[in-house]
Amino acid sequence: MKTRRYAIVIDTLRCIGCADCVVACKTENEVPEGYCRDWITEATTGTFPELHTEYRSERCNHCSNPPCVHACPTGASFVADGSNVTLVDPELCTGCKSCIAACPYDARFVLPEGYVSKCTFCMHRVEVGLDPACVSACPTRCMAFGDCNDPDSEVSRLLRTRTWKVIAPEAGTEPNVYYLT
Amino acid sequence: MEEFVITQKANPHIDPGLAIWGWEVPVYLFLGGLAAGLLLLGAVSVLRAETDRPAAQRLLGLVTPILGIGMGALFLDLEHKLHVWRFYTAFQVTAPMSWGSWILLFAVPVNLLLALGTAGNAFGPGFRAFADRLPALAPLEAWAIARRRPLAWLSVAIAVAVGIYTGILLSAYGARPFWNSAILGPLFLTSGVSAAAAALQLAARTHGERLPFERLDVGLLVIELLLMGLLVVTLVSGPLQAQRAADLVLGGPMTVYFWVFVVGLGVLLPLSLETFQLRGYRLPVFVAPAFVLMGSLVFRFFIVEAGQVTTWIAY
Repeated sequence: MKTRRYAIVIDTLRCIGCADCVVACKTENEVPEGYCRDWITEATTGTFPELHTEYRSERCNHCSNPPCVHACPTGASFVADGSNVTLVDPELCTGCKSCIAACPYDARFVLPEGYVSKCTFCMHRVEVGLDPACVSACPTRCMAFGDCNDPDSEVSRLLRTRTWKVIAPEAGTEPNVYYLT
Repeated sequence: MEEFVITQKANPHIDPGLAIWGWEVPVYLFLGGLAAGLLLLGAVSVLRAETDRPAAQRLLGLVTPILGIGMGALFLDLEHKLHVWRFYTAFQVTAPMSWGSWILLFAVPVNLLLALGTAGNAFGPGFRAFADRLPALAPLEAWAIARRRPLAWLSVAIAVAVGIYTGILLSAYGARPFWNSAILGPLFLTSGVSAAAAALQLAARTHGERLPFERLDVGLLVIELLLMGLLVVTLVSGPLQAQRAADLVLGGPMTVYFWVFVVGLGVLLPLSLETFQLRGYRLPVFVAPAFVLMGSLVFRFFIVEAGQVTTWIAY
């Protein structure tokens, strides 16, 4: 089976931090009030008046080397067949929180029902040919979703032609959410 | 200078800082280490063929109840308690928690058989009178007595595995710089055996019985001190995130917690008291072991907290 490496590429020069992606995710995935699968980080660097502000829509990085999956004692956290998308099977999850401790991005949380939840890259939408809800809803079109293993995909093209970074690459997890700078 | 503002993110126990593990996990780590230490010292006592109701063999009967209370604490920590059996429908080779679940499962029957095989020696006529009322126990006891030495060797292996595992469990989390050191495994094992040596000092009936555990504990506390020092050194000499983690105890918010309560009251003070006792000073015999046991517990509370407040991301 051909392996897909799904990624979200986010143009920080276009993102305005409006949080529409957050609202779209909550709506699409029925995330309970008080919880979120994605969020906005506003990073300001420099000293006044030389300041630079960057908005980033952040979420689970669906790492190619996922420590959350390695740390799960029951197999509840797993990598979906044929891709890099990490998912949680509520039927296997004990709520031990090992995966949460293992995630350097603090992207996971425990739902009131007692099992762990996080971004799924909206696989239920991707499987029917749609983009994840956050990507579809973005009013500035700053996000692109696709398969990095497909050289003709938009994400591959963006990563070839623009400068980019990932969050905490030194953690060694090979994250798949990219930020164009 | 870099300043972050995070909006929309307020997941319980994740934000603003990780707080997923409360008192349950450190209590389990303490009891698991103590049980491992008691099993190890009890098994060594069996292998040395000690007679006359040795304390190390008497306390073998406490290993399973202590482990049981510890596992009970872990159970309370689970968010999806009805799924606890899922630990035993899988073996995940990369997950220390999975290794721990299975090792604990083997530790209980091996400990019970060893305790049964040594109970006659450990409790003398008192146990005989009890066993005589349970004739069904006799064949099992005879089986365990005949295999006392293999059971003791197996117990040594399981005890070391449980003791080290309690540290490896945390050190395997690369995402938490304060935990991510291989020193935690031997450090937790040493601390667990030290706690067991302290418990055996409390259980000893005579000065002669207490003395070897006092001597052993002095050695273990010195090793523990060295390993704690090495832990700080590896963090200080590590990458930036490890250095930031070390800052936590080198002037940061957990400095007093670590140096005063963990190192000072938990290791240095009992080490000094036990050294004085070995040199002939008469002190109340329960004081030093009580500090060792408290120190061992406080150390695990400290480590669990320290790991959760250190991270790879800068916010």
